[in-house]
Amino acid sequence: MTVVLEARNLVRDYHIPGGLMKKAKTVHALKGVSFSVEEGKTLAIVGESGCGKSTLGRILTLIDPATSGDLLIDGNKVDITKGDLTPEMRRKVQIVFQNPYGSLNPRQKIGDILTEPLIINTKTPADERRERAMAMLKKVGLDEKHYNRYPHMFSGGQRQRIAIARALMLNPKLLVLDEPVSALDLSVQAQVLNLLADLQDEFQLTYVFISHDLSVVRYIADEVMVMYFGEAVEYGSRDEVFADPKHSYTKTLFAATPRADVASIKARLAKKQAA
Amino acid sequence: MALLEIENLVVEFQTATGPFRAVDGVSMKVHEKEVLAIVGESGSGKSVSMLAAMGLLPWTAKVTADKLTFNGRDLLGMAPAERKKIIGKDISMIFQEPVASLNPCFTVGFQIEEVLRIHLGLDKAQRRKRAIELFEAVGIPDPGERLGHYPHQMSGGQCQRVMIAIAIACNPKLLIADEPTTALDVTIQKQILDLLMRLQAEHGMGLIMITHNMGVVAETADRVVVQYKGRKMEEADVLSLFESPKSNYTRALLAALPDNATGDRLPTISELFVDEQSLQGAAR
Repeated sequence: MTVVLEARNLVRDYHIPGGLMKKAKTVHALKGVSFSVEEGKTLAIVGESGCGKSTLGRILTLIDPATSGDLLIDGNKVDITKGDLTPEMRRKVQIVFQNPYGSLNPRQKIGDILTEPLIINTKTPADERRERAMAMLKKVGLDEKHYNRYPHMFSGGQRQRIAIARALMLNPKLLVLDEPVSALDLSVQAQVLNLLADLQDEFQLTYVFISHDLSVVRYIADEVMVMYFGEAVEYGSRDEVFADPKHSYTKTLFAATPRADVASIKARLAKKQAA
Repeated sequence: MALLEIENLVVEFQTATGPFRAVDGVSMKVHEKEVLAIVGESGSGKSVSMLAAMGLLPWTAKVTADKLTFNGRDLLGMAPAERKKIIGKDISMIFQEPVASLNPCFTVGFQIEEVLRIHLGLDKAQRRKRAIELFEAVGIPDPGERLGHYPHQMSGGQCQRVMIAIAIACNPKLLIADEPTTALDVTIQKQILDLLMRLQAEHGMGLIMITHNMGVVAETADRVVVQYKGRKMEEADVLSLFESPKSNYTRALLAALPDNATGDRLPTISELFVDEQSLQGAAR
């Protein structure tokens, strides 16, 4: 198996300049995170807000540079501050955001949304762009007739499909999914998760799946990394992490997740009776 | 006697394409000291039916019901001024977005004291004393100082605690929590749910928990109402709902939980549940 993504000791500090009344401050958003993901696998990154998981997502998608540490994509070291950000690199990594209501331009038609990555990053002629966008629409479970519609004409689940389609237009190897199903209803969530699984099989995609929902992570991930205040406190295969969490924070996280099984309801009701 | 009784509630909104029925003949009862969960996906009318009971819907909404009573008093026929005395005092509500439901222009202390002034008529010193008590009850550290803070200075979880403190300020008989933890982290969600359950038990409140999260239902509810497209699909006590769901929709909803996944694919609701309502619509 080839390793598509490798991170070695990634650090990201944000410097907040001081002012008249304030001292300058440095926020350590990431404090040395290392991991690697093989082709066609899914790494889930779990943690609560402020733990640095989205900062990590920004570094992986080459939006933000890391302060120190190495990021290797397809075996090549990338440092966007040194101008390594070539169009080829750009094409390899794409991102899907949490809120499909905010991530699609309301004034662009679906066709334009899907073809724009091709216009920016490739020299594909117009008729081929259209053809590829049409094909991609079908691939994500939408229809050719949706090509000329605007985002507001779609439901949340359909919009997330469009966002996924846009991310796949450049045939990326690595897809960063930043909480892609947390804004969706349960039934739609199941459909989108199924779609992601199908696309992964078809294109041998590698996923970095950022989430705080452990039941989703348990379902989709091959490997799990738990983050807490900018550090990876737990990292291992899904079964290892779920069967035997080592760090106390992971245990807290598991204990806090509401359980929807009959046994735990019975236990709760019994406890209530006793009280 | 039931605390809140709703019979055949219908809510219609006037839209450009004609009236839209958001709630279609829903009936339910909430008893004292009971936790009722209303579950459903977006568009199932779960929030709208509670907003209708509170009288918080805009004028474009047409609310009709055979019966809508709180503590035996008819809410629909009541004069608005009369209703205002009940809403916020005996029935109160907390909302999904804690940061957005507080007014950013005033300190949290002002906002909690406002309730105490209007509904209980306490003087300044009493208000401050009670506000500090309430902040302590919901677990906000250093309450005296926190009262002078603005919502933006607090985290989402802290803001939700402030909202809860405001909601329980007048010892309500019924608390309606509309997705109280959806915007929060799991660990914070756990804390807020524990807090709500503790307050419910201590004060003997009726609690209506509106949610789409089956896990939250399983952890909190005594009884559950499942809604879909404005209709009630099922009502059962929490154990029988999870053990032997009667309606096909509930069964589909439970099967779509990633927890219950068997094999590589999640069953989706459209595969498991044929929506009879839309089928009828298509036949027409």
